[in-house]
Amino acid sequence: MNRIPNHPILDEEKPGKEVQIFVDGKPIMAREGEMIAAALIANGIYINRYTAHKHKPRGIYCAIGRCTDCIMTVDDVPNVRTCVTQVKEGMRITTQHGMGVWSEEGRND
Amino acid sequence: MIEVELAIVGAGPAGLSAAIEARRAGAEVLLIDENSRPGGQLFKQIHKFFGSRAHKAGTRGMNIGTELLRESKELGIKTWLKGEVCGIEDGHKLWVVIDRNRSEFVKAKKIILATGATENAVSFPGWDLPGVMGAGAAQTMINVHRVLPGRKVIMLGSGNVGVIVAYQLLQAGAEVVAILEAAPKLGGYGVHTAKVARAGVPLYVSHTIKRAFGTDRVEAVEIVELDEQFKQITGTERTLEVDTICIATGLTPLTELAWLAGCKFNYIPALGGHLPIHDHKMRSTQPDIFIAGDISGIEEASTAMEEGRLAGINAACELGYITQEEAENRSREIWDSLNSLRSGYFGQKRRDSKDLMLQKGKEVIK
Repeated sequence: MNRIPNHPILDEEKPGKEVQIFVDGKPIMAREGEMIAAALIANGIYINRYTAHKHKPRGIYCAIGRCTDCIMTVDDVPNVRTCVTQVKEGMRITTQHGMGVWSEEGRND
Repeated sequence: MIEVELAIVGAGPAGLSAAIEARRAGAEVLLIDENSRPGGQLFKQIHKFFGSRAHKAGTRGMNIGTELLRESKELGIKTWLKGEVCGIEDGHKLWVVIDRNRSEFVKAKKIILATGATENAVSFPGWDLPGVMGAGAAQTMINVHRVLPGRKVIMLGSGNVGVIVAYQLLQAGAEVVAILEAAPKLGGYGVHTAKVARAGVPLYVSHTIKRAFGTDRVEAVEIVELDEQFKQITGTERTLEVDTICIATGLTPLTELAWLAGCKFNYIPALGGHLPIHDHKMRSTQPDIFIAGDISGIEEASTAMEEGRLAGINAACELGYITQEEAENRSREIWDSLNSLRSGYFGQKRRDSKDLMLQKGKEVIK
């Protein structure tokens, strides 16, 4: 686990409620309200997507929603910035390849 | 369509300070921020600010953030979180996407853009591997989200961001293998640099990253020495084992909305590049659009707060809530404070650059 429960300056971390999310079908535990990217790093997952042409892995770069390097497909919606999107119980997250695919379920017309 | 007197884009130190001044004067304020929490980058700044007491030196950034939020709450400042301002029309109309699923137009008599900045990237072979990230990204992960993005880190850039984040990585339990500086001199305040030096972190001047190695993630980094012309010296390469490479090579102002609004720009490299021209009141070339904070030039949270106050006071004055005289008196005090923040070995360059901008503002803004 890559969490930082104790810190010399910051207060002791209060874990709060845990939620279960699924990454490429595999269940992992996350903290309610935390960003998806943080939950992934906490669980040792560093690759968020593969690029369209060269299929190279990418992880977080800016972590504040600017660079879009950490985009993944979340509950059938591709290109979701995981560093600024909070986890929800039962969320299904998939490693994105290229531009991602919009499935029927992901549409919200 | 929602109508307000003053809309402020960005609830970081500049936007919050602007909102507090304007609301206190009596103006109707709408503060909009794309994040789920206000405060901008302040809550990541767990170190004590440097400078004089009057500028909140000795106070941790996160505590300044808490104080600003308390004040804005007490004043009942209307705040939209998860509101992304995606468009600006006719100098008065903002298009805001809320919660990523609906949008709203906001018509404002006055607008203050306090959109902040984003980190610069540096390219070298392997720079796109997972594990290469902005120093601010690592700071966000450790101090806000409380997760460690890596265990063995190298920092590129010895400015304040580089040395402060390096120290905070140590506090979070990571090992900092080295801090590299391309220039022949270290760039950060002595007080921050000394802390990492005392902790035993090696600092290399005239060094940069040649490439990163790894397949799924950074596994090692090759560093190289630079000559006086910043050219790599062949034969000086060394490979260090790391899993994270942090880039702290400056910031670029987030000026998209100012461009969209048709503001005129001036190019000042020392302040981060292309910047909207502004005057002493923080007015842009668009008559009803003010700017404050990093969008007007990359500086620090302390200057951003003062600029925010200037923008808030002058916007409130133009809305009729403060007399001309009072606005001028209060602006003068803030300028004294800004001038003292922009003094000394590190500040003078920013002061000179700001003077260039104000000179331009005087010529262009009537």
